[in-house]
Amino acid sequence: MANVAVWQGKFGVAQAERLLWRAGFGPRPGEAQALARHGLEGAVHELTHPGREHLVGHRPHDDKGRPLAPFDAWGQDHVWWLDRMVRTSRPLVERMSLIWHDWFATSNTGVGSQRLMLNQNQLFRRQGLGSFHELLLDVTKDPAMLLWLNGSDNSKDYPNENYAREMMELFTLGAGRGYGERDVRQQARALTGFRNSWSQSSGPVNFRYDPHYHDPAAKTIFHHRGRFTWRDSCRLCVTHPDHASFFVRKLWSYFVPAAPDHATQRALERLYVSSQYEVRPVVAAILRHPALYNGPRLVKPPVVYNAGLLRRIRRGIDTTAWTWLDSMAGQQLFYPPNVAGWDDTRWLDTATWRGRWWIAQYVLDRYALDPGHAHEPYDAKKLLDSACRFWHNPPLGPATRHALHTFARHALGDAKGSSWKREQYPVMVQNALRQLIAVSPELQAA
Amino acid sequence: MTRACNHCDGLSRSRLLHRALAEAGRGLPAIEPGMPLPAGTGLTRRRFLVNSLGAAVAVYGGSRLGLGALQEGIAAAASGPAAPVLVSVFLEGGADGLSVLSPQGDPLYTKLRPKLALAGGTPFAEDDRLYWHPALGGLQQLYGEKKVTVLPAVGYTHADQSHFTSRHYWEVGATEASLLTGWLGRYLDRVGKKDNPLQGLSLDDTLAPALATAKVPVASISGPDQYDFYSSRVWGQVEQRMLETIGLMGHQPADAGLRTAGSIAVQVDRLRRQLIPFQSSNGQPAYASPVTYPKSDDPFPQRLAGLAAMLAAGLPLHCVALTAPGEYDTHADEPTALAQGLQLTSDSLLAFQRDLEARGLADRVLVHIWSEFGRRAAENGDSGTDHGAAGTGFLVGTRASGKMVGEFPGLQGGLDTDGNLVATSDFRGVYSALLEQWFGVDAAAVIPKAGSFARPQLVA
Repeated sequence: MANVAVWQGKFGVAQAERLLWRAGFGPRPGEAQALARHGLEGAVHELTHPGREHLVGHRPHDDKGRPLAPFDAWGQDHVWWLDRMVRTSRPLVERMSLIWHDWFATSNTGVGSQRLMLNQNQLFRRQGLGSFHELLLDVTKDPAMLLWLNGSDNSKDYPNENYAREMMELFTLGAGRGYGERDVRQQARALTGFRNSWSQSSGPVNFRYDPHYHDPAAKTIFHHRGRFTWRDSCRLCVTHPDHASFFVRKLWSYFVPAAPDHATQRALERLYVSSQYEVRPVVAAILRHPALYNGPRLVKPPVVYNAGLLRRIRRGIDTTAWTWLDSMAGQQLFYPPNVAGWDDTRWLDTATWRGRWWIAQYVLDRYALDPGHAHEPYDAKKLLDSACRFWHNPPLGPATRHALHTFARHALGDAKGSSWKREQYPVMVQNALRQLIAVSPELQAA
Repeated sequence: MTRACNHCDGLSRSRLLHRALAEAGRGLPAIEPGMPLPAGTGLTRRRFLVNSLGAAVAVYGGSRLGLGALQEGIAAAASGPAAPVLVSVFLEGGADGLSVLSPQGDPLYTKLRPKLALAGGTPFAEDDRLYWHPALGGLQQLYGEKKVTVLPAVGYTHADQSHFTSRHYWEVGATEASLLTGWLGRYLDRVGKKDNPLQGLSLDDTLAPALATAKVPVASISGPDQYDFYSSRVWGQVEQRMLETIGLMGHQPADAGLRTAGSIAVQVDRLRRQLIPFQSSNGQPAYASPVTYPKSDDPFPQRLAGLAAMLAAGLPLHCVALTAPGEYDTHADEPTALAQGLQLTSDSLLAFQRDLEARGLADRVLVHIWSEFGRRAAENGDSGTDHGAAGTGFLVGTRASGKMVGEFPGLQGGLDTDGNLVATSDFRGVYSALLEQWFGVDAAAVIPKAGSFARPQLVA
C-alpha cells in the first residue's frame, strides 16, 4: 500500500513561510526562520501537536480602550476571534476552527445569539484535530446548529428535512453522492428528538434531547434498516463508502488550490479510514505533501490576510473596524453567506479586492508619515527598500518590484524643480509604497 | 460605512490636490483654500474638486494626471449604440411560489396549507385560481400596466432539491454540475469587450456566479458611489501615481495564484477609472434620483437607484445581477419573513421602473426575477415549508410581453411524487428566449441543448 508522498526538496525560510500561511495566519517577524530550523517533519509536528495555548502580545480592546464584549456587542465576536488568530501560539488549531466554521457553516443570521455561536466556535477549537465522527456528533447536537438548520424543530409529527439534507450534501458525502431524496426524508426521521425552549428574556434555552419527540419506528437509510437515532445518522454518514473521498477532497482544498492526484487522494482516504476518522494525521500528511510546496499559491481568505498583516507588524486588536472591513473583503466571521460556507475559489473580485485595500489602509493609518515633518530620501530604490523593511521583507517577485520601483521613480520625477515637492513627495511615496506592498499579489496569495 | 475622509486631513489633501492641478497649468477654475463653496450647487468642496477633476480629464485627456483611460471609457460609452440591459434579481433560498401567487381557488390549497394558507387579496387576472401576495402591490401595479410577464410554475423536470445544486443549474443555464461559467458570462464571452468590466456587473459584495466568464472581465461593486480608494497622507500627483500602480502590479508571471490576484488588480484599476464621476462625499451619493426609493437598511433599493444613475450616465452596462432582500428559505415561520422580503423587493422594483421611465430609459431595460426552486406544496408543521420544485418567476419592463408563460398546473395532478409543483415552463427555454428576443443572439451558442427547449414569447 502506497504511502502519501512527502516533500523531499529544501525546507528553508520560503517553505516555512508558505507552511505558516497554509496552516495558520503567516509568520510574525522571525517565525519562518525559526520554523525552518526544525526541518519539515519537525515543523509539521510542532504545528499539529502544539501543546497549551499561549497568547502573545497585547490584550484586545475596542476603539475606546475597553475590553471586548464578544457575547454582546455586534461585531465584537469577529474581532474576538481575529485576536486569537493574531496572538495564538497554536495557529493550526485556529486555522482548523476556521475550516470547520466554513465546513459546518452556521450563520448568526439564523441563530441570533453570539454566545451560542462562540460556544460552537469553542467546539471547533477543542475538537478540530480529533475524530471527525466525534465532531459530527457534537455539531449535530450543537445548539447553534440546531437552531440554524431547524434541528430542534424536527419532530416525529412534523419532520423538518433541513439538517438531514445538508448533513449529507455539505458535511459528509457531497451533493447527490450515494444518497437520494428518500434517504433525506428517512434521515430527517432518525434525527428527530432535539428540542429547545424559548425564554422571553434570553431567547433560545434548554437545549435537550426528548425521546417523546423522536420517531422510534424503523427507517431505511442507505439500504440499512433499523430503529435509527441521531447517533446512527452520524455513524451511517461517516461509515458510508462515499464519505472518505468527500472528506479528503474537501479538507485538501483548504490547504492546496489544485485537486490531489489520484494516488494521493486514495492514500489519504486509506490513512483517514485506518485511523478511525482522525483529522490530525490527514492534515499532517497534507502539510508534508509536495503539492503544498511546489504547487501554485493559494489566495488567502480575507481574515487570514487581515490577521497576517497584523502579525507581520506585531499589532494587536485595538479597533473593532476589522469587522466591517473584513466584511467588505467578503468574510465576516459567524456570518457565512449560507450553509455551504464561503466560496473559497472566488475570494477575489473587484469588490472584495477593494475591501483588502481598506484593510491594508487601516493597518497602516497610524504609521503614516507626515509629509510636513518627516524626512525620507529622494531616492526610489532606498524608499522601496525601506518600505519592504517596514513589512519585514516579504518576498516580492520581479514584476511587483518593477512596478513599485517605477512608481517611486515617476513620483519623485514629478517633484523635480519644486523644493516643497522634493521635501514632501518622498514621504508620500514611502506611505504609498507600504500600501501597495500590502495589496500586492504576493501578499494576497501565498 | 465609515468614510475615509472622516479621519484624514481633508483640507490639506484638497489643497495639495488642487495645487497639483493648478501647477499642471491646465486652466482649471481657481478655487483657493478658504474660498466659499460654489453658491447654489449644493456641493461640498471635496466633491466639487472630485467632480472638477472628472471634468478636467474629460476636457484635457492624456494630461500628466494620467487619467486618459477615463476619457476613453466615457467616450466609448457615449458613442457606442445603447445596448439592451438585462437585470437579474435572485430570490435566494427558494421562494415559496404558492404564496407569491397563492392558489386560493384550488380546493386542495387549504388542505395542504392548514396554517399557512393565505386568504383574500387581489386575484391574478390571467388565472382566477391565483391571488397576488399582499406584499406584491408594486409588481401587481406594473402588471396592470402590462409591464410584467408572469411564470407561475417555472423550473425543470426532476428538480434537484439542494439549494446549491439547483441554484448552480440556474446560474450556469443547464442541469450540468461541471459547468463553471454562468449563462450570462458565456453570453458576454461571445459579445463582450476585453477591457470593459462594467459589461457584466454584480451589484453585490461578491460576483454573481451567473456572470462568471471565461474570457472577458466582469465586476462587482456594492454601489457606483462606493468605489473609492485612499491611503493616509498620500495626495495629489503621488496619489494618482499610486492608484495607477494597482493595475501595473497586475501583470504577473506564471504562478496561478499570483495571476488571479494580478488580473483582479487590473480589473480594479479599470473599474475605478470608470466610476470616478460617481464618487460621493459625506455618505451622500454623487447622483440624484428623480423618484423616491424605499428607505431600508438593506442596500437593494439604493443599488437600484445607483444602477439607474449609471445607465443614465451612459456607462457601458449590459448584464447586471443583484440579490433581492429577504429570507426565502422559510423552513419555519414563513409568513413574516416572506412578506418582508417580498415587500421591499417589489416596492424597490416599482421605484426602479418609475426611475427608468422618468429618465427615458425604460425601453432598454428588462428585469428577470428568479429563485432556485419553489417549496413543497404541503406545509411542514413549523409554520414553514421544505424545498420543492417549480416556483414563480417574473419579467418586468415596458417591453415585457405581459402575457403569462406556462400555466399553473393545479395542486390536483400538478404535483410530482415528492409533493412538489411540476414545472410548466423551463428556465433554459426562458434563457434561450431572452438571448434571442432581448439580446438578439443565437441561444444555441450559449445554452447547452438550447434547441430542445420551447421559446416562450417574453418580449413584446
